[in-house]
Amino acid sequence: MSGVGPFQDNPCLRVDGLAIARGGRVLFSGLSFAAEAGEYVEVRGANGAGKTSLIRALAGYLPPRAGTIVFERIAEPALALHYVGHANGLKSNVSVASHARYWSGLFGRAGDEEAALARLGLGGFGARLPRTLSQGQARRLALSRLLIAPRPIWLLDEPAAALDAQGREMLAGLIDAHRADGGIVVAAVHEPLGPAPSLALTVGA
Amino acid sequence: MLNYLSNPQRFMGFSAWAAPLFAVLATLLFAIGLPWALVFSPPDYQMGDTVRIMYLHVPAASLSLGIYAFMGIASFVSLVWRHVLADVAARAAAPIGATFAGICLVTGSFWGAPTWGTWWEWDGRLTSMLVLFIIYLGYIALWSAIEEEDRAARLAAILCLVGVINLPIVKFSVDWWSTLHQPASIMRSGGTSIDDSMIGPLATMAGAYAALFATLTLYGMRAAIFRRRVEAAELRNAA
Amino acid sequence: MNAFSVTFRRDFAMMWSGGGALAPLGYFFGATMLVPLAMGPERDLLAAAGPPLVWIAAALAVLATLERLFQADLEDGSLDQMLLSRAPLEWIVLAKACALWCAIGLPLALAGAPAAIALQAPVERVPAIVASLALGMAAFIGVGLVGAAITAGVKRGGVLIALIVLPFFAPPIIFGSAVASGEDVGAALLILAGCALGGLALGPIAAAAALRLQAE
Repeated sequence: MSGVGPFQDNPCLRVDGLAIARGGRVLFSGLSFAAEAGEYVEVRGANGAGKTSLIRALAGYLPPRAGTIVFERIAEPALALHYVGHANGLKSNVSVASHARYWSGLFGRAGDEEAALARLGLGGFGARLPRTLSQGQARRLALSRLLIAPRPIWLLDEPAAALDAQGREMLAGLIDAHRADGGIVVAAVHEPLGPAPSLALTVGA
Repeated sequence: MLNYLSNPQRFMGFSAWAAPLFAVLATLLFAIGLPWALVFSPPDYQMGDTVRIMYLHVPAASLSLGIYAFMGIASFVSLVWRHVLADVAARAAAPIGATFAGICLVTGSFWGAPTWGTWWEWDGRLTSMLVLFIIYLGYIALWSAIEEEDRAARLAAILCLVGVINLPIVKFSVDWWSTLHQPASIMRSGGTSIDDSMIGPLATMAGAYAALFATLTLYGMRAAIFRRRVEAAELRNAA
Repeated sequence: MNAFSVTFRRDFAMMWSGGGALAPLGYFFGATMLVPLAMGPERDLLAAAGPPLVWIAAALAVLATLERLFQADLEDGSLDQMLLSRAPLEWIVLAKACALWCAIGLPLALAGAPAAIALQAPVERVPAIVASLALGMAAFIGVGLVGAAITAGVKRGGVLIALIVLPFFAPPIIFGSAVASGEDVGAALLILAGCALGGLALGPIAAAAALRLQAE
């Protein structure tokens, strides 16, 4: 289906009493939730409420002020995550195919990078440079990381930003396929992505 | 004792009486030490009265190194335990260490002028001190350049520890370099040799410098903690 | 392909592309040219004092490239991905350092040959000078990594990184200049090799620690 194969280990993400602070200011506190394999957590909240900070904390970039983030049945969290944030992680003078090969080596390859690109509507874009891509195409390239290397937990920060209707459909399809494979998706969004969330959180209320 | 003081409230309580105490001690020691060193101690049989500059120069040199070691320890604590007091201590100590290093360089220049006939000589020890001075400047500049205080504290701590590791290497390199080029150097420790009569004023001045460091650092830390409290209160009011 | 090799290849290609090494080389030659302009062209004076000054030009040129090493990665989100890699961040930083040495450090070391000759170094000393520059570049990069990582988020951090890093450039410059002056060449080269190995072993550790702080 998604080509990345089912995740056998039944991973689980458990957050307990999480408090996040930025610049000395506590954004939110006492956040607790759990996400089992196959679940999709949708994180809502006003601008500046702390959605991005929550996703970054789950990714391990931002140490929490209080509380715990536990990945059960996962040996090494940093190797089990994918993070797609606001910045796409692209170099403007490195080709699309080159990016795919780089991520393949960086994360550990799944299979055909060309097929992964094609699934995101970037088939045949191999020689293009990111500075010649539209915002939406650049976003798709960033999302191709999710398919190039199989990892159970996807942490997405407004993944549909700049995507057109077709792109959003494709993204919804990717999320569904990943859930069916037993993976977990946590996405911070302003608008629903499509798939029905197992859990809808609002941050910083 | 350090554990006891690691609570900011208790530290403020401690420094409220400790800082003025050190201030009094520093004033006292300078009041005794300066006249003793500059007027009443015996002149050196070789250098005459210019040896008196040593009493300003040598303690400044030792203290500036000691302060960097202090900052190194504070930086280590800051990185491992992420403690606000450690950050504040390191940041408060830095300008004092830099100033002492500067005093060492200037007094070294004044000391050397009659001896060498020039206002600066690339003597091994002075050169090492100059490198230390620039390391201090870089550390202080880094704090100012980074906006988020927590991140600035941690990055400055890394820089300080890198400096701690590199200082012996720099000292070794500069010594190697100065023996290679063999400039005439009269700047051995304390001039020719430390006579018993020199130890008294030297120790007093060293104590005075140390008390001054303690005073200024404690007051600096208090000021920083007060400022953080004000900022935290403003953030709470704005939210 | 593992994380080290893809990082090395990508960074090398990025630094090398579009004549990437030309700017630091140009800077290096330009700075070298300033030496006789400042000292006067008299051959004996240059022969006595000139060759070591190639080290100042080399230090400045490599400093200019260090500034950009991590800044782009921090801004475009690449650092976030590196933190999720199979390989530890220290290893990836070492890969970037090796790429920098191969793409820019080594060309600068080789450019030291004509530069040293222009500064009236005797020809038989030039191979030692090039070898010392190659080792010195590795030492500069090792310690420069830390400065680059610490100042990665600072806008217009060029002057700041220079202030932070220059004191730590002193040991390689001291020993490298000794080679350039022909004094104690064997000992100096050995110590330079030590600086290079130490810098490349410890620099990535401190730089990775700083980069994790930058990612917060």
